Formats: sequence, structure tokens, C-alpha cells
Amino acid sequence: MTAPKDRINPSGKPENPSHEIKTLNVLGEIYHTRLTRKFLSRKPWKKPDEKQLMSFIPGTICSIFVKPGDVVDVNGKLLILDAMKMQNVICSPVAGTIRSVLVKEGEKVKKGAVMIEFK
Amino acid sequence: MAIKKKIQELRRKREEVQMGGGEAAIEKQVAMGKMTARHRIQTLLDEDSFQEYDMFVEHDARDFDMGKKVLAGDGVVIGTGSISGRPVCVFAQDFTVAGGSLGSMHSRKIVKIMDHALKLKMPLIGINDSGGARIQEGVNSLAGYGEIFFRNTISSGVIPQISVILGPCAGGAVYSPALTDFVFVVENISKMFITGPEVIKTVLGEEISMEDLGGARVHSEITGNAHFYAKTEKECFEQIKKLLTFIPWSNEQKALLVEPRLPRPEFKAGEVMPDDPKQPYDVRDVIKSVVDDSEFFEIQELWAANIVIGFGRMGGKTCGFVCNQPLVLAGVLDVDSSDKAARFIRYCDAFDIPIVTLVDLPGYLPGVDQEHAGVIRHGAKVLYAYSEATAPKITVILRKAYGGGYIAMGSRHLRADFVFAWPTAEIAVMGPEGAANIIFRKEITDAQNPEEMRQQKVQEYREKFANPYVAASRGYIDAVIEPDETRKRLLHALEVAAEKTVTMPRKKHGIPPF
Repeated sequence: MTAPKDRINPSGKPENPSHEIKTLNVLGEIYHTRLTRKFLSRKPWKKPDEKQLMSFIPGTICSIFVKPGDVVDVNGKLLILDAMKMQNVICSPVAGTIRSVLVKEGEKVKKGAVMIEFK
Repeated sequence: MAIKKKIQELRRKREEVQMGGGEAAIEKQVAMGKMTARHRIQTLLDEDSFQEYDMFVEHDARDFDMGKKVLAGDGVVIGTGSISGRPVCVFAQDFTVAGGSLGSMHSRKIVKIMDHALKLKMPLIGINDSGGARIQEGVNSLAGYGEIFFRNTISSGVIPQISVILGPCAGGAVYSPALTDFVFVVENISKMFITGPEVIKTVLGEEISMEDLGGARVHSEITGNAHFYAKTEKECFEQIKKLLTFIPWSNEQKALLVEPRLPRPEFKAGEVMPDDPKQPYDVRDVIKSVVDDSEFFEIQELWAANIVIGFGRMGGKTCGFVCNQPLVLAGVLDVDSSDKAARFIRYCDAFDIPIVTLVDLPGYLPGVDQEHAGVIRHGAKVLYAYSEATAPKITVILRKAYGGGYIAMGSRHLRADFVFAWPTAEIAVMGPEGAANIIFRKEITDAQNPEEMRQQKVQEYREKFANPYVAASRGYIDAVIEPDETRKRLLHALEVAAEKTVTMPRKKHGIPPF
């Protein structure tokens, strides 16, 4: 076979690992190929934990209505998350008992941050 | 004497405007490694060809003491000129004047040159270097953007539209480039994003530099928003000039006819393919073995490199190439490579540029991230684009053409005009390993030595189906050809398909899976 010629890296920066020939399994066949930086930085999927309430958008916690030990109903008010110039009332997706509140009023949270845990 | 005085007055006024935001601002611009707006235009266009319009346009804002401010040309330079002797329309935002901010009159100048380009059927080249909306002008500034986006859209597919990002291009302003055909970026100079690092820091507390958020490299490799990446503005202008040699001036014209040339002798189609079907090769070596002078002008080289797109000439005529790249991710189709291919196919079709497809893909990239990113919808774009395209479509199956990938990559079933296959082609529902495991599951599990039986069945399947002859026996491919015959076959196919006419059902427009 002809050896694949190395591509010119226009940035002149240190080359990413994507130029090494690795293996890739597609439907049971193992191919020898390069892997892209984007491919290598994929995050593995995790099943969401139903006992955790995560922020759906980055923002700031305005107020918290519950504390550990509180019993909440489905749609019970938990907290207000200020994001994108909107005060979003976050309600409970489940009926249950609060195990812990992991955020404070005034705290900035990232998307996907765990805010409240249920028992 | 009076006339002489008036002429002097005109010269003085011109000089004033040509100084843009003044010496200090120009010095700052140059210190950032950037050219001024007029210098850029002069560098890009043929010498002395640029004719400027609307030099004396002034803004009409009066709020926030704006009435006292004089903004030369309202921060944008527009005009016509030529590149390699062919006419073009151009605008360049002038960052030295109020940061190139877009106000009402600024946008009206851009709109004027856009209307010229569409009416006079010539390419529009927009050089973006602007801090964004001129906040003092409020909704008038937003109206200006809207007028530009509207024209970008209605001009799409009629004239080529090229965006050159030579500075910041942020917020709503990014949508004009996003609506155009080709976006050019330059290292350390181009910055594109919807929300900048400051907003991200305030909202998220995350610190990221402009370069890491929306620099040239990011848009060339990660987002795919940019098509061409250069290290300097000068290199960028050379890329634009090169691109213009390949594309037609409008959808009513053909691209320049260039003196046909043979491929260079060091590129031989017959020598590219490795013996082991699981080993990679660079599909660009195959392209170079068929195109004139082995000259292939690649588009979006760094993004979704598992598919290769770009222009090359066959017998002096421009062709668009869409090719799986076994060298990267085994050449699979995924979200990004589907988007990349589909948009390019539609570009070629809009300007009636023949599409040559080289196929070698094992299928779609497996993964939760792909499924959740909507690979179904993105993959469907490729089917849509090929099916809808009425430009000549010629397909060569080099090696693997499995499953949905076989159908998607310009197959006969999507109305390719000619489909060829190399003897190395494997046209099947899936690869031998996967297929044997399913078809012979029982035989394999019941065998005394399952692994041995599996290998035997895989081999059986490979011999029976991993070839082009089953598809050839059904007429799905027109000819099995030797690799070294590829150019000759392509040239002939392109010639006979050149005057193709296709009637499609009458409709307002389709609804592609955007």
C-alpha cells in the first residue's frame, strides 16, 4: 500500500493525535484509520440519575424554597433559577423527600450542575 | 478657476474619507496585523480596478450626541472592481471608523452593493470587520442587519456570495456570513461568535479566549462554519482568487473553461488502493489521479475530514468532488460529514456544476452521541441533496459501499447518471463480519468450534457478496472499470451528461431535513 501522506497542518501548532492510524469498529469490522480530535473528545453517555435535579440552563439561583428532609409533591416549587433574563421557577419532577440542596442563593450554576438530590 | 477649486474641494473631501477613522486608529489596526478596509480591497482586486461608491454617505443618528460625530463613509467601503479581469461587487467594513459598527446608513451601503451584485449577476465579496450593531442607533441597526440577511437569502443560488472574516463578527452579524456560500477566516484575526467571552464569563463564570471560543481554527476544524483557513490576510485573498477560477459568476453562466491538461504522472489511480481492505489510503490521491493537472481545490479541509469536498477540472471544466475519506474515521458518514457533503452538493447543483462522487465507506458512525445529535436527520440531508440535484451526477464506487451509505453516496437509485465500480468494490448490505454473524448465527453457535465456523462464514460471505458483480448483475452499476480507466470513463460520462435536462414535479420548494 501507499503510505498516506501526512497532511499539512496549517496552524503550525503541535499536531493533534488524530494523525496516528488507530482502529475503529464499524458494525463488527475493524478499520485502520485516523480518528479526529472531535471524535476523540466525545463524552461517554451516562444514564441520568432520577434522584438528581440538574440545571437545564446556566444561570443564578435566586431563591430556594426547600431544605433537606422536606417532602415535595410533583410540581412542588423547589427554587428559582435566573437565566437569560428570565426567572425560571424550577418544580419537582417527582414526589419525594429532599436529601440535599447543593446550591446556595446567589450561586451561579452551569448547565447540568446538580442542584438538588432526592432520597 | 472656480471649477478647479471645486475639483480641489472634491479631492480634499475624498482624501478625508479615505483616512477612515484617522491616523491613530489606522496605526492600531495595522498593529493588530490587519490591513485597512481600502488596502484589503486593493490587495484583493485587480490593480486600479476598484471603483468606490457612497463615499460621502453620513449617518443620520441624533440620539446620544451622535449628531456631533462624523463617521467617514459610515464605517464601510463599497464598490465594484475586477478579479482576474472579471467584475465583482465588494464591501469592506472599516474597523477604524467607530469599530466598523453597523448603523442604518452603513447597512444601506451594503444593501446597495448587494442589490447591484444580484441585478448585474456577479459575485459579492463581503469583508467583515465590525464590533457589531451600532447600539446608539437601536432598532435601525437591527433593521439594517435584517435587510442584509434577506438579500443574502434571495441571492443564494443565484450569484456566488463570499464572506471574509477579518476581525470580529459577533452577535447577529454572524448570520450574514452563515447565509453565504463560502466563509474565509484568518488565524488570530477572525473571531466569530453569537455570545462573546465576556457574556460567557458573566453568565457561566467560564473563562475562554476569543480565539478558543470562535477563532479561525475553531471554525475551520470544530464548527465547520468556515470553509477556508489562512495564516495571513494575503494568503486568504489568494485563496479567494483561486476559488473564483472554479465557480460560475451566476446560475445562468458556466465556470471558466480552462485549457484541458492531463493529470500529473505521479498520481496513478491503480496504485492508491492497499491490498488489505481494512487499511486506509488518501482518497485525494484518487482525485488527483483523475483531475486536470492533478489540481484539487479542497473546501473545509480540516472539518469533518472523513469526507472530502472540493473542486477540480475534468477536460477544462469545473467539477465538484464528494468523496469518502478512508484515511479519517474509515470514511464513515456522521452528523458533520453529512452536513458538509449535503451543502456542497446543493451548491454544485445550484450552479449546475457536475458532481463526481467517489465512494468508500463502511456506513454510519456508531455512537450515542451521534444518535442523540440527530444523525438520522443529518444523514437524510445527503439523500435529499443527491436526489434533488439535477446537475450531472457521476459516481465511482472504489471499495466499500455498505448499507445506507451505499444508497446515500450518489447511487443509481438517487438518479446518478452513471455509476462505475472498481473491481475492488464491495457493494452489500453490510460488511462481511457483521453480515455473517447475523445470517449464520445458528450455524456459528451450533458449531463445535464457533470461531472457526464464524471465520469460514465470513470468508464465504466475502467471496459471494464483497464484490461489484452482484450490483452489476442488477444493472445498479453501469460498468466495472479498471482504476486506471477512471479518468477516461469520467470524461466521457461528463461529456454525454453535460446537456442533461430533468423535469421535476412542480412545487414551490421542497422541505429538506435542515
